[in-house]
Amino acid sequence: MSGGPTKLPGILESVLIPFLNILVALFVSGLVVLALGEDPFFALGLLIEGAFGYQEAIGYTFYYATNFIFTGLAVSVAFHAGHFNIGGEGQAMLGGLGLTLAVFWLGDTAPVLSVIVAIFGAALFGAGWAFIPAWLQAYRGSHVVITTIMFNFIASALLAYLLVGPLQRPGGQMPESSDFPEGVGLMQFHELMEAVGINFEQSPLNLSFLIALIAAASVWFMLARTRFGYEMRVTGQNSDAARFAGVSVPRVTVIALMMSGALAGMMGLNELLGEQLRLIGNFTLGYGFVGIAVAFMGRNHPLGIVLAAILFGILYQGGAELAFEMPNITRDLIVVIQGLVILFAGGMPYLFRRPVAALYSRFALKGER
Amino acid sequence: MEFITDILLLSDSTLRISAPLILAALAGLCAERAGIVDIGLEGKMLAAAFGAASAAAVTGSPWIGLFAGILVSVMLALLHGYVSIHQRGNQIVSGMAINIMVAGLAPTLANAWFSLGGQTPLLDNGARFTAIDLPFAEALEDVPVVGALYSDLLSGHSLMTYLAFAMVPVIAWILYKTRFGLRLRAVGENPEAVDTAGISVTMLRYQAMVMAGVLCGMSGSALSTALGAGFIRDMSAGKGFLALAAMIFGRWKPVPTLLACLLFAFVDALQGRLQGVSFPLIGEIPVQFTIMLPYVITVVILAGFAGKMDAPRASGIPYEKDR
Repeated sequence: MSGGPTKLPGILESVLIPFLNILVALFVSGLVVLALGEDPFFALGLLIEGAFGYQEAIGYTFYYATNFIFTGLAVSVAFHAGHFNIGGEGQAMLGGLGLTLAVFWLGDTAPVLSVIVAIFGAALFGAGWAFIPAWLQAYRGSHVVITTIMFNFIASALLAYLLVGPLQRPGGQMPESSDFPEGVGLMQFHELMEAVGINFEQSPLNLSFLIALIAAASVWFMLARTRFGYEMRVTGQNSDAARFAGVSVPRVTVIALMMSGALAGMMGLNELLGEQLRLIGNFTLGYGFVGIAVAFMGRNHPLGIVLAAILFGILYQGGAELAFEMPNITRDLIVVIQGLVILFAGGMPYLFRRPVAALYSRFALKGER
Repeated sequence: MEFITDILLLSDSTLRISAPLILAALAGLCAERAGIVDIGLEGKMLAAAFGAASAAAVTGSPWIGLFAGILVSVMLALLHGYVSIHQRGNQIVSGMAINIMVAGLAPTLANAWFSLGGQTPLLDNGARFTAIDLPFAEALEDVPVVGALYSDLLSGHSLMTYLAFAMVPVIAWILYKTRFGLRLRAVGENPEAVDTAGISVTMLRYQAMVMAGVLCGMSGSALSTALGAGFIRDMSAGKGFLALAAMIFGRWKPVPTLLACLLFAFVDALQGRLQGVSFPLIGEIPVQFTIMLPYVITVVILAGFAGKMDAPRASGIPYEKDR
């Protein structure tokens, strides 16, 4: 899989080459904007203005980023173990369901406890939804990409059923549950700021952002500092070597994919417990798929994922403003950008390695002379 | 009598629904037999559906639509080929990138071109592949048994349906009876041997991707200009993945793959028929559960038939000449 014989310095390998890949993805996106008859640079200006122009916009940017940290981490944990979990959508939906059940179970009697239980409920249900595809992959060899996609469709139908059936708001017409009981929810950022005397415009940014950062740090610790993380990475790099070294590959597969599902499931914390305060059908809005682009853009490193998630937060919030200003541009354009990022950063990571290596060896040799 | 009518109707919709599945599954088969995993069937189908519907809407001709659909799909197949063959990238990731890119690009372009909120205009019958009556269908209609089977079941489908079924023997013949087919299968099993014999692995794999592109293009066109009457957002609805599952269930062989596609299509037709039907004891099954049925069956089938042992050996592995 190498793109050239030369060994490159770390800064070129892990910063410059990925940066060039993302640049070319954004360049092609610019061409799409041009093809739609709009000025890409003007669009970029509007996008950045829309993402950072005022406090509420900044809040929204980080609010979206929170979703993408969870789903990006989910994809990357599975990827480290050598699997491609594209079931983030379904796992997030089930996570939302677990969270909602916990809230309705305990919310009236013990609001604070219910929030804590809801966090675990989200992770548990997300992990549970990943279990069947994980087990089938590990023990039956059923391709996890196909099974997780199928589980997305099944989850969507299941949620649709529950939200027009048993869980629907009494007397309601929309596919949504009753509101969460009073006092159940995660504190929003502007409330937090108000408590310390700072005035910040109202936005849905909430404590989940902090939980997402903690999750990212935990994933880093798990991957880099624990025995299981090591086993996982070895399995992902070379499952034969892992097996010969005594690692139970099926066990690692199942646990890694369930962790992945748990992280995806926690996306509901931000959307439901942080903002909506009720369960709504298809609240995941494709964020599970954004996680794939985020993971590749962040080179599957937790820090990279946080940064990539913020970048996609900018794209989502800025893109919403952009769609408002330019009628030819819709939110679907962001999906195109996602696809391009996955293609260039994930599919062709070595596109620029050869030219960069050639340039590097030329200059390095010159230095030696 | 009503039971027989039901069976006939169900079989009829099975045949109709199966067309895009068969074409897409054959596309996946060509790619994988040459050693390239193509998870991007879904995206190619969707892109072709959009291309075909747009071209048919503008020109009023389903044939130009079909051509446009095939063109778009072949271009995407070549992109996937480039990533898989030249860049030696991860084929699953590349396929998924194509799926996501198309899911965004098709409605974006539809919105920019037609301003209908991400779909194309409704096609009138002149711009679609409509039902064709087979010869003597009318004359044989009243003959018992033969009339029901021939005139009701086999006749009266769109050209794309007949084309889909016709492609099965054609692909089987190419793969098993021609020199090109032998080489294509060899390159999926043992590319080193093909290379040693002085035949270009790269060229063969690109050729396989073009075949996959053409078939996928036909599949998407069938979706939007034969089964449907225009492009709708996300109209492939996982069919590309169902086709992939059918191919695995069909053990990477044309005829078993056809049968697997018919099974999936039957389940899909059945779920359509089950909606609103009341059963003894359990009553009416909620529509959401019948919608799940094809997806659940897919998982069950994949679970029951571990797919590793029959897969082409070099499938998914980039070929490196200098190793």
